[in-house]
Amino acid sequence: MNPITLWFHKLGSPEYFFRFSGRLIPWLAAACVLVGAWGLWQGLFVAPPDYQQGESYRIIFIHVPSAWMSLFIYIAMCAAGVVGIIWRIKVAEIIAMASAPIGAAFTLITLVTGALWGRPMWGTYWVWDARLTSELVLLFIYLGVIGLYQAIEDRRTAARAASILALVGLVNIPIIHFSVEWWATLHQGSTVNLMGDNAIHSSMLWPLLAMALATKLFYAFNVLQRARVMLLDAERGKRWARRMLKLESDPVAG
Amino acid sequence: MSATSAALALGLRDVRLALRNRSEVLAPLLFLLMVATLFPLGLGPDTRLLEQIAPGVIWVIALLSCLLSLNLMFHADLEDGTLEQLIISRWPLPGLALTKVLAHWLISGLPVTIVAPVAAAAYGLPGEPLQVMALSLLLGTPILSAVGAIGVALSVGLRRGGMFLALLVLPLYVPVIIFATAAVSASMAGLSPASSLYLLGAMLVLALTTAPFAIAAGLKVSIA
Repeated sequence: MNPITLWFHKLGSPEYFFRFSGRLIPWLAAACVLVGAWGLWQGLFVAPPDYQQGESYRIIFIHVPSAWMSLFIYIAMCAAGVVGIIWRIKVAEIIAMASAPIGAAFTLITLVTGALWGRPMWGTYWVWDARLTSELVLLFIYLGVIGLYQAIEDRRTAARAASILALVGLVNIPIIHFSVEWWATLHQGSTVNLMGDNAIHSSMLWPLLAMALATKLFYAFNVLQRARVMLLDAERGKRWARRMLKLESDPVAG
Repeated sequence: MSATSAALALGLRDVRLALRNRSEVLAPLLFLLMVATLFPLGLGPDTRLLEQIAPGVIWVIALLSCLLSLNLMFHADLEDGTLEQLIISRWPLPGLALTKVLAHWLISGLPVTIVAPVAAAAYGLPGEPLQVMALSLLLGTPILSAVGAIGVALSVGLRRGGMFLALLVLPLYVPVIIFATAAVSASMAGLSPASSLYLLGAMLVLALTTAPFAIAAGLKVSIA
C-alpha cells in the first residue's frame, strides 16, 4: 500500500485521528488568526472605499467568505457523510456531524450580514428573491440535520440518518449557486471568477481571498476540535480515551 | 412470487387498508377544504384579491394536507412489525419503497389533486389557470409523497416524529411550491406555463427514481 493510502486508512482509527488532529490544530488556528487578521486589516482599513457604495461595501469581506463557506461546509459534510454511510467509518460520521453547526453558523452570518448591507443599499433588510430564499432554505436544512442528529438516541444511527438527510438536501446547493444566473434576482451575480476576468480590483480581491482562506482554516481547526470532543465522548469507555483523559496511565509515557 | 407481484400485493394492501379506514383518507381532504374556507373569512371576500392569492394559498394548503397524511405512511407497519418483514424480505427494498410511495399518492395525493382545483375554482381562478393548477398538482403531489417518505423513513422510530417531520421535509418541498405556483401565475398573466411545468416534470422523474433509494437507506438506519 502506498504511504498516502496507508495514512488515510490510519486516519480512520479514532486514536490515531485524535493524536494527529491534536498536533494539527494549533498550526491551523495560528494560521487562521494570522491570515484573518491580515485580511480584515487590509479589507477594513487599507482597501479604498467603493466609488458607488462608499464604506458599506466592506461587509463583502465577511459576507462573501461566509456564503462560500456555507456551501463548502455543506459539501464537506455530505462527503464525510457518504464515507460514513458506505464504509461505516466512525471518524467520518463524527466529522460530518461536527460540520453541521459550523455550517449553520456561517449560513446565519451570511444572512445577517446580507440583511445589514441590504438595508442601506437596497432599502430593505429582506427580499424574497431566489438567492436569499435558497440560502434561508439551506439554513433550515442545516437545522433539520442537526435536529435529526440530536433526536435519535444512538449516536451512530443518528449520524447515519442525519447524513442521509444531508445528502437529500444536496439538491439545494446548485440551486443556491446558480440562482443569480437562472432567475432575475435583486442579488448581484458573482464578481470573483477563478478563470477569466475578475470584476474586482486587486486591492479588494486579495483581502477577500485572504478572508476566504481564513474562514477555511477556521472551519478546519474548529471541525477537528469539535470532532475530538465528540470522539472522546463516543469512545469514553475505550482504553485509549481513558488514557487521553488521564483516567489510565499511558504505557508509552510510562 | 416475483418482485413485481410482491410490489403489487403490497400496494394493493395499502390502498385497501386506506379504503376500509376511510377517515384516514377523508381527514386531510376535510382539512384542505376547511383551511381554504378560513382564508376568505380572514381576508374578506374581495374576489380580485382571492384570485391573486389562489395559486399560492391553495398549493400551501394542499402541501400541508399531504404532510398530515405522511405520518401514517409507515406508522402502522412499524407497530405490527410489517416494516421489519419488508426490510428482511428477499425483494429489493427500494422497489417496495417506491410501491409504498405510489400507494400513498393514490390515497392522499390523488384526492388532493381532485379536490384542490375545486377550492381554487371557488377562489375565482379562471379556466386556463385552473387547468394549469390541476396539472401542477398532478405533477407535484407525487414529489411530495416521494420526498416526504424520506423524512418519514428517517424519523419513523422517533417518539415525537410527527412534529419533527415538518422540520425535515418542508425545506425540501420549497422547489415544488416555487415552480408549481410559478406555472399557475404565468398562466394567469397570459404567459406560457410550459417551462415551470417541464421543470416540475423533471423533478418528478428525479424524485421517483432516486427517492426510493434514500427511503430504503433511511428505513434500514432507523429500524436496524
